[in-house]
Amino acid sequence: MNQTIGGVPITPELMLFGVIGGAAALCAVGVVAFNNAVRSALCLVVNFFLLAVLYFTLNAEMLGITQVVVYTGAIMVLFLFVVMLLNLGGSKMLHEKPDPKKFVGILLGCALFVILGAQILPQLMQVKPMELTPELAKYGGPQAVGRTLFTEYAYPFEAVSVLLLIGIVGSILLAKRRI
Amino acid sequence: MADFVQHLHPAWQALIRVICFVLPSFLLVPMVIWWERRLLAWMQDRIGPNRVGNITFSRSSHLIPSILKGKKFRLFGLMQPMADFAKLIFKEDITPTAVDRLIYFIAPALALFPALAIGATVPWGPFPWITPVADVNIGILYIMAVSSFGVYGIVLAGYASDNKFSLMGGLRSSAQLISYELAMGMSLACIVMSTGSLKPSAMVTAQSAPLWGLDYPPFNLIQNWNVLTPYGLVAAIIFGICMIAENNRPPFDLPEAENELVAGYHTEYSSVKFATFFMAEYLGMVVYGIILSTVFLGGWHLLPIRFDWMATNYKNAGDIWNLLDTLNGSSLLAPVWVILKTCCVASTYIWIRGTLPRLRYDQLMSLGWKSLLPFATANLVVVAIWIVASKVASPLIGWVAVLISAFILFGLYKAINRLNTKNRPNLASRTITMVDTP
Repeated sequence: MNQTIGGVPITPELMLFGVIGGAAALCAVGVVAFNNAVRSALCLVVNFFLLAVLYFTLNAEMLGITQVVVYTGAIMVLFLFVVMLLNLGGSKMLHEKPDPKKFVGILLGCALFVILGAQILPQLMQVKPMELTPELAKYGGPQAVGRTLFTEYAYPFEAVSVLLLIGIVGSILLAKRRI
Repeated sequence: MADFVQHLHPAWQALIRVICFVLPSFLLVPMVIWWERRLLAWMQDRIGPNRVGNITFSRSSHLIPSILKGKKFRLFGLMQPMADFAKLIFKEDITPTAVDRLIYFIAPALALFPALAIGATVPWGPFPWITPVADVNIGILYIMAVSSFGVYGIVLAGYASDNKFSLMGGLRSSAQLISYELAMGMSLACIVMSTGSLKPSAMVTAQSAPLWGLDYPPFNLIQNWNVLTPYGLVAAIIFGICMIAENNRPPFDLPEAENELVAGYHTEYSSVKFATFFMAEYLGMVVYGIILSTVFLGGWHLLPIRFDWMATNYKNAGDIWNLLDTLNGSSLLAPVWVILKTCCVASTYIWIRGTLPRLRYDQLMSLGWKSLLPFATANLVVVAIWIVASKVASPLIGWVAVLISAFILFGLYKAINRLNTKNRPNLASRTITMVDTP
């Protein structure tokens, strides 16, 4: 247990994070790597689920369970529904021809990665592990989240709810021809 | 026992907790299958499976001891599920060539996963050292989250089978589960609001308070089971309907409607893979029964009577009341009461199956969206009004406010409904007139 990686001691939490985070990253690669649209969607489901588990390990249980309810339970089911209805007939239709644009795209993607990494990595190097106090352990629970949501962020919360209501009404208006 | 378990390593404790929940619910599955077949047979004036397990000893053989000669031992067909399972295991396991292999194989496992995982936050007794598996702050949300996984097994089975009927079954089930999840969440939210906690164990504790929050006789003789309160009754009925729909049981078994879709999503599945789907359905039935009895039916209490209040107020018979109180809710019999209630809920499932014909698809959708969801939402408003009125004034005034608001909301719903259906042909309900020909 005294081994370290780059000054960070290896704890069970770190190992758990490594396993779950690694699996989540693999799933994220799978989303773009699979030729079959349903498998890509499934990879996204697993990725969202593992992300929720990561939130749990960070004591943010409310955020994690909301992630599962909203993304894994509702939105991804709709995704799968649409993908299955479209029935994209195997990998042949999705096969891409060799294209010079691909090379430029990869180059630009790498450039973006380097720029973002140069900004973020120096900040991340300075992060130090924090002591977990009982108050901190509760910050992700439903009580704490609810309290901040209805006191400090009451106005944005109501604004978002109005926005969602507009979204629902708009989608009904689009979907129904005769009202 | 409690001390021994509490001093074990947390990993062992977790394992014990999981086994103590999963094993009994798994053991209930063959029982429920047998009970369903027998009860349905009784309701339909048949006999049902009553033979497997019966032994009749020979009258004339020399190998049989003379006491047993000609004796009959009946087991009422209780071994039938075992025989069924043996049949399913030894059947030929056919995998059609056109299936999407990976998804085809993981779909039954995905169908079983939510049924196994959903009960992790539900307690089955007043023993915090062993139950529930995890007494987390997000208990009810966890139930909602895991129950939403139920759709994946069915949808993926339908997709992977490469069969039009299966695909239709999968699509139907995804639409059905999404629709009924909303009303289910709303009905659970009512109880969350009235309890003030998301923990199922806190809900059980809250249900042993005096009835309707009124602390004088005759009300404080009776426990405040959620099903005994007006809003709780409405929520319990809505939750019960949604639970059957989530579980794809008749009359909501459109994903496997055999007269339209062969067998729906499991048309291409045989042998153990079919048995897994079958087990998932019945395990879901058991576990949803446990959830319903915990959230609405008082959890591990047998009767909604407050024996502890009697013990403090009728001191000359205090010992008897204390004994009854222990038997009612805090002895080792508590899990038995939970299982008893679960069996009652399972019997209701079967009763509904034996009574109602399968819904048509448009009826299913209009029931979910136009009846259950508005009622559950109105119920939520009523609960909110009750909480405010009983906190500000007194519980009695709270109930008056509940009555008034319920009437207003019901009138509003009727008015909107009338405005909506005015000058429109009613397509949701059609009637057939039977003509008696002489």
